[in-house]
Amino acid sequence: MSGWELFLFSFLNLRVIAEYLPSIAAGFLLTVQLAALIIASGLALGLLLAVLRSLGSLVLSFAIVLFVDLFRAIPPLVLIVLLYFGLPNLGFAPSGFVCTWVVLALVLAAFAEEIVWAGILSVPRGQWEAARSTGLGFFATLRCVVLPQALRLAIAPLTNRTIAITKGTALGSVVAVSEILAQASAGVSFSSNPSPLTLGALAYLVLFAPMVLLARRIERRFAWRR
Amino acid sequence: MLSRPIIEARAIHKSFGPLKVLDGVDLVVAERELVFIIGPSGSGKSTLLRCLNRLEEPTSGHIVVDGIDVLAHRTDINALRRRIGMVFQSFNLYPHMTALGNVALALRRVVGLRRRDAEERARSALARVGLADKADAYPAQLSGGQQQRVAIARAVALEPRVMLFDEPTSALDPELVGSVLRVMRQLREGGMTMVVVSHEMEFARAAADRVLFMDGGRVIEQGPPDCLFGAPKSDRLRAFLRSLERH
Ligand SMILES: Nc1ncnc2c1ncn2[C@@H]1O[C@H](COP(=O)(O)OP(=O)(O)OP(=O)(O)O)[C@@H](O)[C@H]1O
Ligand SMILES: [Mg+2]
Repeated sequence: MSGWELFLFSFLNLRVIAEYLPSIAAGFLLTVQLAALIIASGLALGLLLAVLRSLGSLVLSFAIVLFVDLFRAIPPLVLIVLLYFGLPNLGFAPSGFVCTWVVLALVLAAFAEEIVWAGILSVPRGQWEAARSTGLGFFATLRCVVLPQALRLAIAPLTNRTIAITKGTALGSVVAVSEILAQASAGVSFSSNPSPLTLGALAYLVLFAPMVLLARRIERRFAWRR
Repeated sequence: MLSRPIIEARAIHKSFGPLKVLDGVDLVVAERELVFIIGPSGSGKSTLLRCLNRLEEPTSGHIVVDGIDVLAHRTDINALRRRIGMVFQSFNLYPHMTALGNVALALRRVVGLRRRDAEERARSALARVGLADKADAYPAQLSGGQQQRVAIARAVALEPRVMLFDEPTSALDPELVGSVLRVMRQLREGGMTMVVVSHEMEFARAAADRVLFMDGGRVIEQGPPDCLFGAPKSDRLRAFLRSLERH
């Protein structure tokens, strides 16, 4: 076999690919569900925390900063393993899927809170004062005046973070979540051929390329004329 | 003055930490009156204005606006602020909304009008400041003078009992000042009660009923513009007027 043939045999082995396509497709669907859950709950929680922080309560702000710094500092894999193997000792055994979801959602929430908070801070005080002086309440001002401006600034770093953290779904393979990477690795062991990994990479591309494109579209929509 | 006061502020004190900014200011403004406030930078003019709608919380004192105790805790401050229009030096338009959106926001969220009604009232407010054709423009597409007129429309659309202006023309290029002053004069002719912090002396002479001179957190001198400008009693006011002439 020539080098090129060897490469094709190893990484683009059609027979192996055909055999493992169904299991990787299943892994793909599971990853999509996991990613959707992480993104929805992580961003919602991050936004909520930023809003709570804007209330200006010292105790609340301190607690939020503590949470944020903790979850930004510890590698997600450590937290996932800790939950998955630690919690059963407390009589509570969430699945690997739930552990991965919860940890990555919390990590995303931590980063999202920081990004949105920075956006809120960047809105000039005069915007608050103008809105409040017309009789708008605190939350109406936040929702209608401050957050739209804050989120416009936040949208680019937020989508970058979201994509980076959502790729962490691959960490679920460590705690028995049958997502793309787990399925691909299993395929590699069973077939003794790395082609399933190629398929896995393709699956990730199919999942994340649309997210990157969507991010671009959101960015364009949020850019009002200056 | 026969008509009842719309603003009655008594013994207003305000400190920022150790810094005493207002030191016992009284301000009583009658219905339809136009009061001008002048004074050197840092004398507390903005702070006084901002106390009137509680953007700033006075350290002590009493403020009644349109019969409502501004500082009482049970006062619905948002309902009250709707009746006190405020215009800022830096316009503070919402950059993500059109001129129409800027004016309509509080009409919808505070007054509770439906979108169609709010926009109709917003359009007529924009027409009153001469910007009927700019309803769909974003703030960044407007000149400073136009932006400030949108800001005036935003406040006026709520049909306030009194309008507060904090240096409404001092961020404007000289050739744009006139358009804003014209709108203010028009408001005045419509019978609006106004408190104006500004150094537009010609406008003060022509339109003000009364001018207050503040320095060091106190009202040093007040009276009709002719008296105040023509025959200033205090040295501080004389010095201040001289410093304005030099510019
Ligand atoms: N939020 C604040 N915190 C601390 N100090 C403040 C605050 N707001 C105003 N000051 C101080 O209060 C003093 C009076 O300010 P104010 O803005 O009322 O003056 P002003 O008469 O409006 O001056 P200018 O003509 O420059 O606008 C200034 O010394 C200012 O630095
Ligand atoms: Mg000022």
